Amino acid sequence: MTEPSLKPRKAAGSKATRRGEWILHLALAIAAAVMVAPFAWQLLTAFKTTGEASETPPTFWPAEPTADAFATFFDSVPVWSQFTVSVSALVLRVVGQLAVAALAGYAFARLRFPGRSILFGLFIAMLMVPSQLFLIGQFELIRDLELLDTIPALAIPGMFSAFGVFLMRQAFMSIPGAYEEAARLDGAGPLRTFWSVMLPMVRPTLGALAVLTSLYSWNDLLWPLIVSPRGDNRPLTVGLAGLQGQYGTDYPTLMAGALVASLPLIVIFLVLQRQFFNGIASSGLKG
Amino acid sequence: MTSESTAAARAAGPPARRRRRAGGLGPSPWWGYAMIAPAFIGLAALYLWPFLKTFTKSFMDTPAFGPGTWTGLDNYTELLGDGEFWQAFGNSAVYTAILLLGVPIAIVLAALVQQLSRGRAVYRVLYFLPVVTLPVAVSMVWRFIYNGDFGLLNWALSLVGIPGQYWVADATYAIYAIGVVGIWMSLGINLIILGAGLQSIPPELYEASSLDGAGRVRQFFRITLPLLSPSVFLVTVLTVISALQMFDLVFVMLRSVDNTALDDSKTIVYLFYEKAFVQFDQGYGAAIAIVLLGVIMIATALQFRLQRRWVFYD
Repeated sequence: MTEPSLKPRKAAGSKATRRGEWILHLALAIAAAVMVAPFAWQLLTAFKTTGEASETPPTFWPAEPTADAFATFFDSVPVWSQFTVSVSALVLRVVGQLAVAALAGYAFARLRFPGRSILFGLFIAMLMVPSQLFLIGQFELIRDLELLDTIPALAIPGMFSAFGVFLMRQAFMSIPGAYEEAARLDGAGPLRTFWSVMLPMVRPTLGALAVLTSLYSWNDLLWPLIVSPRGDNRPLTVGLAGLQGQYGTDYPTLMAGALVASLPLIVIFLVLQRQFFNGIASSGLKG
Repeated sequence: MTSESTAAARAAGPPARRRRRAGGLGPSPWWGYAMIAPAFIGLAALYLWPFLKTFTKSFMDTPAFGPGTWTGLDNYTELLGDGEFWQAFGNSAVYTAILLLGVPIAIVLAALVQQLSRGRAVYRVLYFLPVVTLPVAVSMVWRFIYNGDFGLLNWALSLVGIPGQYWVADATYAIYAIGVVGIWMSLGINLIILGAGLQSIPPELYEASSLDGAGRVRQFFRITLPLLSPSVFLVTVLTVISALQMFDLVFVMLRSVDNTALDDSKTIVYLFYEKAFVQFDQGYGAAIAIVLLGVIMIATALQFRLQRRWVFYD
C-alpha cells in the first residue's frame, strides 16, 4: 500500500523542482543575455558598413555583411607589431612574476631568517597603496635606465608584485612540512628542495597567478600610455585607444578593432577558465 | 659512492641538524635573503622608492624641467581650494556608490546560480566575459550603445516612449552611464568571490530549515545572507578600492575631440593622470595621489569598523 503512494509523490516532487529549475534558468538566461548583448552588438556591427551602423532605427543583421571594417582596422593600426609587443610584454611579465613571486613566497613561508616578519609586513603594506602612487617614480626610473619606448619598460613593474608574493606564500604554507623534511633527509639543498619538491606542489597557484598576471598585462592602458611617449613599442590597448581619435564615429571599424584586440584573451579564458576562477576565488583581487 | 656519502652525511647529520635547528629551521638564513632578494630589490626600486618620491614631490613645486623647490603644504592647500579637484572627488564618490549597487545584484545572481543542479559553469563563463575583455574595447562598445544619435539604448528607450539622451556627451548623465558599465564589468568577479563563499555554507542547514518548513526566500535571508556576509564584506571592500581608482572608462568613453562632458566628469585618477603626465605638474599630481591614498584608507578603515554591525563570523 505504501509503495504506490510513495511513487507518485516522488515524481511530483521532482517535477516541481524541475519546473523551479526552468524558472531559474529563465531568470539567469535573461541576465546572461544582458551581459552578452554588448558583445553580440559589437560582433554584428563589425560586419556592417559605416552607413548602416548609423541608421535609425538600427538594423539587426548586417544587410550586406562585409569585412571592410577589419580591413580598415588592419590598415590604420600596426596590428601585428602591436600584437607582438603585447604578447612579448605579457610573456616577460608572467615569467618574471612567477619566478620572483615563487622564490620570495617560498622564503617567506618556509625559511627562517632575521627580519622576516618585518620584510613581509613591508610587502603587505605595499598591497594597500593604490598603484597610481608609484607611477611617477616608476616612470622616472624607466626613463633614467633609458628604457622608455621599449618592451621591458612595459613589463618590468608588473613583474614585481606584493600580491604575487603573498599568493605564493599562502600556497607554500599549506603544504605539509614532511615533504621538505624528507627532501632534506635525502640530501637535497634548499634550492633543490624548492625546485623539485615544493614548486611542483603549488602548480595550481602558479597557474592562477599566471592567468591573472596575463589578464592585467594584456588589459593595461595607463602604464603603456606613460612609458611609450614616442609611440614605439606600443601594445594593442594603446593602438586601440588611439583608433578612437581617428575614427570617432566609424563604429564598424572601432568594433572590429575591439573584437580583434580582445579575442586572444577571451580565447585563453575559455580554455583556462578554471585557473581564472581559482585565481580570483583564492585571491579576491580585482584589476 | 652515493650511498656511502649519504651514509656519511647521515652519520654526521643529526648533530649538525640539531645545531642548525637551535638557530633556526633548516638552512642558513642567507638562503632566505637570497630568495627574497629579487622581489625585494624590485619592490624597493619600483614601489617603496616611488612611493617616497611621490610623497616628497607632493610638497614640492616641480617644473617640467629642472629640480623642484620645496613649497611645504602649498599643493595641498591649492588642492583644497580647487573646484576641479572637488568635482573629480564627487564624481569618484558617485561612481563608487553606483558600483556598490552592483553588489546586491551579484548576491542575488550568485545565489540563483548556486541553486542550479547543472549548467552553473555556463552562466559563470557568460557573466565573466566582460572581465576578460579589454576595458578599452568594452568602452568603445558601450560608447556606441550610448550614442545619442543612433545608439541602441536610445532606440530601445524609444520603444517604451522614453526620450533618448546623449548619455556620454552630456555631463548630467556621463558618470551614471559609466557606472552602469562599471557594474557590468565587475559582476563576473563578484560572482566568483561570492560563489566561493556560497560553496562553504553547509547544505545541512538548508535541509534542516526545509524540514522546519522554511521557504526559499526565508532561507535566503536567514541562512544565505548571514553566512555569506564575510564574502559580501570582501566584495564591498574591493569594490570601493577599485572604484575609487577608476581611470580607463573615463579615458576611453569620454575623451574625444569635442566632448565637453569630460570636463565635468573626470575622476580622481583621471585628474591625477592629466596633471602629472599631460601637464607635467608632478608635484600637484603627487598631492592628488596622496589624497587618493588617504581617501582609500579612510574608506577601508570605515568599512572595517562598520563590519562588526553586519558581518557574521562563526
